Amino acid sequence: MSDVRYTKDHEWIRLEGGIGVVGITDYAQNALGDVVFVEVPEAGKALTAGGEAGVIESVKAASEIYSPVSGEVVEGNAGLDGDPALVNSSPTGDGWIFKVKLSNPDEVGKLMTEAEYRAFVDGLD
Amino acid sequence: MSAPETLLTTPLHALHRELGAEFGGFAGYDMPIRYPAGIMAEHQHCRASAALFDVSHMGQVLVKGPNVIAALEKLVPGDIEALKVGRQRYTLFTNARGGIMDDLMVTRRETDLFVVVNASCKTEDFAHMKAHMPPGTVAMIDDRALIALQGPQAVAVIARMDPRISTVPFMGATELKLNGLDCWVSRSGYTGEDGVEISVPAHGAEALARHLLAQPEVMPAGLGARDSLRLEAGLCLYGADLDQNTTPVEAGLTWTIGKRRKLEGGFIGAEAVLEQLFAGPRKVRVGIRPEGKAPARAHTLIVDETNNEIGEITSGGFGPTVGAPVAMGYVTPDYADDGTAIGLVIRGKVHPARIAPLPFVPKGWK
Repeated sequence: MSDVRYTKDHEWIRLEGGIGVVGITDYAQNALGDVVFVEVPEAGKALTAGGEAGVIESVKAASEIYSPVSGEVVEGNAGLDGDPALVNSSPTGDGWIFKVKLSNPDEVGKLMTEAEYRAFVDGLD
Repeated sequence: MSAPETLLTTPLHALHRELGAEFGGFAGYDMPIRYPAGIMAEHQHCRASAALFDVSHMGQVLVKGPNVIAALEKLVPGDIEALKVGRQRYTLFTNARGGIMDDLMVTRRETDLFVVVNASCKTEDFAHMKAHMPPGTVAMIDDRALIALQGPQAVAVIARMDPRISTVPFMGATELKLNGLDCWVSRSGYTGEDGVEISVPAHGAEALARHLLAQPEVMPAGLGARDSLRLEAGLCLYGADLDQNTTPVEAGLTWTIGKRRKLEGGFIGAEAVLEQLFAGPRKVRVGIRPEGKAPARAHTLIVDETNNEIGEITSGGFGPTVGAPVAMGYVTPDYADDGTAIGLVIRGKVHPARIAPLPFVPKGWK
């Protein structure tokens, strides 16, 4: 069973054992518009919760991706190099951005549940 | 999201909202940045068919009276005297140092000059014109909207309403009856495509826009697509690619200086501009193609092979038609030749790029 949590910066993280798969939410991809380039973090890169992990460029502008948790990057999504628009078409599926090995799994508890995130987004418009 | 109360709106604001636009502040106006189709689709549609842009935030000015042509020529390096009735010209307001105060369009009509200036500069431009033109000759128009219909099908759409547009050449202008309204239409634009810009009485602007949007060729496009289209077309954005510290020579806009004007001068800053024509500019505007996929945005530093700073990007992003990142910027003349290898400092890393010819896409007008 997998557990998905969310940040106020509109990233999601899905836990699979000690590994977290991270991407941006549908709300975020819609706000960004057409994604044309994603700078994914390289394997081995150390991340801190809330720290910068990569960059997403839409036609309009560049936006930072923040890591929901601390840890070490296991893999960046190489598929985004050839097809960055996967972030738009499948933000929670093939458009994932990186996988991270959590150094402090307790941090997950501070992130929003799906219901909490939905309420958070509803409050934005 | 609702607009802060300080932002102005155009006569088409309610229509944009109805069309689902995402808004953003631009030059003090709450403007549509994109519609639900998105910037990429709006851009592609403009290149393939026709896109409707609301550019009512721009300044429309009428200049009328004796000696206004000679008076306007003191403010711009363009040859306005030689401009024929029914023709439009792109020109520049220059400052005393030869820098560019704004870029503008001047249309010569039977009895007056119709001037369109940038939204961000219109207050200053208007004051500048009033200060230098004969009293009572300069009038800001605040009861007309401005709609651009751009793309290879744009003229066909207008011809369905008034066939006289077909005889107007690119950079020509005429008065047409569209939707029963007296419209001032020029065959021009800011996308690199064929198309028209329509000055329409504000009270009829929404009905005209609705009528145009009801045509099968037309979809609405926002300022996002307007920016990516003009960038691919190699057209300058005032405040980004042009400013008070950049001369027409540096900007690659020497072609806008009339032959007679080069000989006679007589415009503000002429000494500085003509001296630069002779001695050469300190920096030049160039097209830039990053070799990788990362777009290089405005203010990206440009470096040489030993990482010395040689310039800066002034406009940059992804070119949807090119299918790759494109940019414009200024470099020292030694690095301005097409094909020259340069580096772009993006997020602290140097990315390879090359100087490239402008425009990035073939022009769609004749």
